[in-house]
Amino acid sequence: MKSVSALLAGVTLAAALSAVVPASAQDTIKIGEINSYSGLPSFTEPYRKGWQLALEQINAAGGVNGKKLEVISKDDGGKPADAVTAANELVSNDGVVMLAGTFFSNIGLAVSDFAKQKKILFLAAEPLTDAITLAKGNRYTFRLRPSNYEQAAMLAEEAAKLPAKKWATIAPNYEYGQSAVAVFKKLLSAKRPDIEWVGEQWPPQGKIDAGAVAEALAQAQPDAILNVTFGPDLVKFVREGNTRGLFKNRSVVSFLTGEPEYLDPLKDETPEGWIVTGYPWNAVTIPAHAAFLKAYQEKYNDYPRLGSVVGYSTLKAAAAILAKAKSTDSEKLVDAAEGILVETPFGEVTFRNSDHQSTLGAFVGKTALKDGKGTLVDVIYRDGAKYLPPESEVKALRPQD
Amino acid sequence: MTFLFNQFVTGLASASSLFLAACGLSIIFGVTRIVNFSHGAFYMLGAYVAVTVTEYLSSSFGFWSGIVFASLFVAAIGALVEMTLLRRIYAAHELLQLLLTFGVTLVVEDLVVLIWGPADLLGRRAPGLNGAFDLFGQPFPTYDLLLIALGPLTLICVELLLRRTRWGVLVRAATQDREMVAALGVNQQWLFTGVFTLGIFLAAFGAALELPREAASHTMDLQIITEVLVVVVIGGLGNVLGTFLAAVIVSELNAFGILVLPKISIILVFLVMALVLVVRPWGLLGRTEAMTRAASGLQIVRWRPLLSRERLLVTGGIVAAALLPLVAGDYALTVASEVLIFMLFAASLHLLVGAGGLVSFGHAAYFGLGAYGAALTLKQLGLPMAAGLVTGPLLGFAGALLFGWFCVRLSGVYFAMLTLAFAQIVWSIAFQWTEVTGGDNGLIGIWPSPWAATAAHFYWLTLALVAAGIALLRVILFSPFGYALRALRDSELRAEAIGLSRHRIQWFAFAIAGAFAALAGALYAFLKGSVFPDDLGIPLSIDGLAMVLLGGVGTVAGGVVGAALYKSLSIWVISHTDYSKLVLGLLIVILVSVFPQGVLGAFSHWRTRHAAGERP
Repeated sequence: MKSVSALLAGVTLAAALSAVVPASAQDTIKIGEINSYSGLPSFTEPYRKGWQLALEQINAAGGVNGKKLEVISKDDGGKPADAVTAANELVSNDGVVMLAGTFFSNIGLAVSDFAKQKKILFLAAEPLTDAITLAKGNRYTFRLRPSNYEQAAMLAEEAAKLPAKKWATIAPNYEYGQSAVAVFKKLLSAKRPDIEWVGEQWPPQGKIDAGAVAEALAQAQPDAILNVTFGPDLVKFVREGNTRGLFKNRSVVSFLTGEPEYLDPLKDETPEGWIVTGYPWNAVTIPAHAAFLKAYQEKYNDYPRLGSVVGYSTLKAAAAILAKAKSTDSEKLVDAAEGILVETPFGEVTFRNSDHQSTLGAFVGKTALKDGKGTLVDVIYRDGAKYLPPESEVKALRPQD
Repeated sequence: MTFLFNQFVTGLASASSLFLAACGLSIIFGVTRIVNFSHGAFYMLGAYVAVTVTEYLSSSFGFWSGIVFASLFVAAIGALVEMTLLRRIYAAHELLQLLLTFGVTLVVEDLVVLIWGPADLLGRRAPGLNGAFDLFGQPFPTYDLLLIALGPLTLICVELLLRRTRWGVLVRAATQDREMVAALGVNQQWLFTGVFTLGIFLAAFGAALELPREAASHTMDLQIITEVLVVVVIGGLGNVLGTFLAAVIVSELNAFGILVLPKISIILVFLVMALVLVVRPWGLLGRTEAMTRAASGLQIVRWRPLLSRERLLVTGGIVAAALLPLVAGDYALTVASEVLIFMLFAASLHLLVGAGGLVSFGHAAYFGLGAYGAALTLKQLGLPMAAGLVTGPLLGFAGALLFGWFCVRLSGVYFAMLTLAFAQIVWSIAFQWTEVTGGDNGLIGIWPSPWAATAAHFYWLTLALVAAGIALLRVILFSPFGYALRALRDSELRAEAIGLSRHRIQWFAFAIAGAFAALAGALYAFLKGSVFPDDLGIPLSIDGLAMVLLGGVGTVAGGVVGAALYKSLSIWVISHTDYSKLVLGLLIVILVSVFPQGVLGAFSHWRTRHAAGERP
């Protein structure tokens, strides 16, 4: 019986491994891409459309360094361990020259550490945690999206203009929520030392008891609220808050709510006057955006989400790095990436030398309700370069390479 | 003062919605003893169907008739699933239904995204109840009043159904003694289908009623299933009034808890469950579980050690595996290492489930403790990998000793749920204690020492440790201790009659299983280079159970074979498709339906029949 088991185990192992035959070499440059396609499709589907559009445009213009660009994309199922497996497969089996992508902060950190170990360039697209460029930064990791620090700085600038003195915060109880609140508090209190932090709520991600939380916040009697919840939690919180009049005569500052992925589901429930970061896709005046919008709508018959911009910009950055380095050697790619200029739908961005954070910015505006749908008004684009963490902080926090 | 009253009433509304979601599961649990893991999936399906009906078919249905229709529709789907899938495996190991419903959950998760798209769907507010009224100066949603009324109303209706109708009498009889009810001529099949359908109807109804408060999202099922399971267990299996009380207690504790400790919500339900189960082992209003008479002959499978011929074959297999680095590349070797690690994990769980008959829902906690132990040794103490490979298992052993003492005082599903509660408590600590464990950003930079850094060297290290671990587990299985453990599994009464101490033996088995799982976890930390709270989470525990059940819980090597099969399949599937859950779920459903005794069990069954046929 046990010989049977040994045999069966061996056979299944062999069958699995026979499926992992290394890809044959071709005349293309391969980029490895990992994201939580099955875990967060509302972001990753537009994101994929974005990088596929960019890939098409790059290859139509002749590719990079005389070769066509190829993207091998893997799903990580929302789990850091599976992301590392995918990264390993891409590097060992598929022969990619660089890694890109990831969404969740913990997955971004896991892949960034893997990239450091294997000495391969990793272009983190979406993870927002400051740790990726600061406390756990490394030479091989670059990050595209404006970090928690930058978004907090942009929002704190607006928040400081409000007359509100008593603030309450609500954020999902995991690292992203905790660090977003911590950074915002630090930056706002530095601008307005008279501000009092009167209450805080930490609902577990995905399991908010909105009624109880809204009541608890109301009890603290704040003049203004900082909100970091997003997705289904935000929807519940907004509904309960609207019904209970939580937002009446109160200013609300909110991370990410202006992004179409999170704003659209709210529909006629959209609260008005919230100061948010977001992406007003139909009202962007940056010249580079018009061409992107047209191409995207022509190809997909749908409007772009913020994920689309992130995906598009990630691939453009990858192509630009390869073109500048004129080689696929990781060290040359890293050197080329520092200080490179990349064309994105939000204009030209670069990666800062000290922490490899890009200067991609974000839009800050106010929410409004029009024709039963949420939209953004009074929107201004904030250039990321103005809101980066100071060099002294980078030096203090980043580990010695 | 008025604020506290408002908070109390808010808590009641949450309690009602939680109760509505949970009472269906309590009924199903109580009667059929099925751990209906797919309850959350049907809840989610109910929400989506209700949104579609009330939003897009609003011309044909009003809001309320739409909700009722959606619930009936999903209940019909539930009945279909029960008749086609679950009926086939009622006679098999009771845990197989867990695996099957787990497969159904995976399938529904991806189906929902395929059919309704990835965006969250917000339904409209209830017509006529979309405002707020003044409650002691604070606006209070009118809809919440409806929920507060519906909760006890549903409770009364269900209780009337169970106590005043003939069908209810039969259901309660089946809760107490399933086989006797069948022996008395009641059509057991239709009884079970009816119970299952009622349970799913209540789940979908609860989800539809939540629509004016939240959007339908594709992560709803996972969020609701643990809460619902916990509430049902706290109340006592099969006791609907108990479920209601538990829902009220949990919701009120949360509503007031967040005023004092805002971060407590993440762990509250599990703390409450652990406390309740330690003090009242059958839940608040539960009774001792009815003795289920196992089908005779099913569990009496002769286990024997390897013959010398088989030992030679196994050694040959290990040698062949050791030669893998000569033919395979780096990626294949890391995949092989991962499969080996999970073979050890599943073998350790098999000691508990297969040999001890103790189903643990929280085995990943010890795997995770091993991983964190190894990682912290490297990061905090600066010791090399070899030290981590010793301290990890020690930490897992200590954890299993501590929790095991409490857990083995219970049995059956309550044992399983208490292991779950402790696992979640450990998870919450890892999640919150950011200074030490890194919180959900985990610990990174956990790479092996230079002598084991290449894929091939690490693979050999893993092979050596895993082979030694599994061999040691087999030795324990066939030692007098192992025989005593199996005796307690097969017949507790007789075993205690001959003087075997149930608590001591099962406690020690729990600790040993934890130690080996922790060894697997420590290796895993060095394989991936990082440790996250995910390594302690419920999905990993369920994966472990899936591996053991797929291989065959009634066989000796079921865990090992099941792990190889399941892990290779999932790695291959996730690498090749975005719909990995759908494919994996379908595969599990098919495998369980075709091989109710597990793959290895079916194979040896076929072999015995074949051999028997050859004799004249």
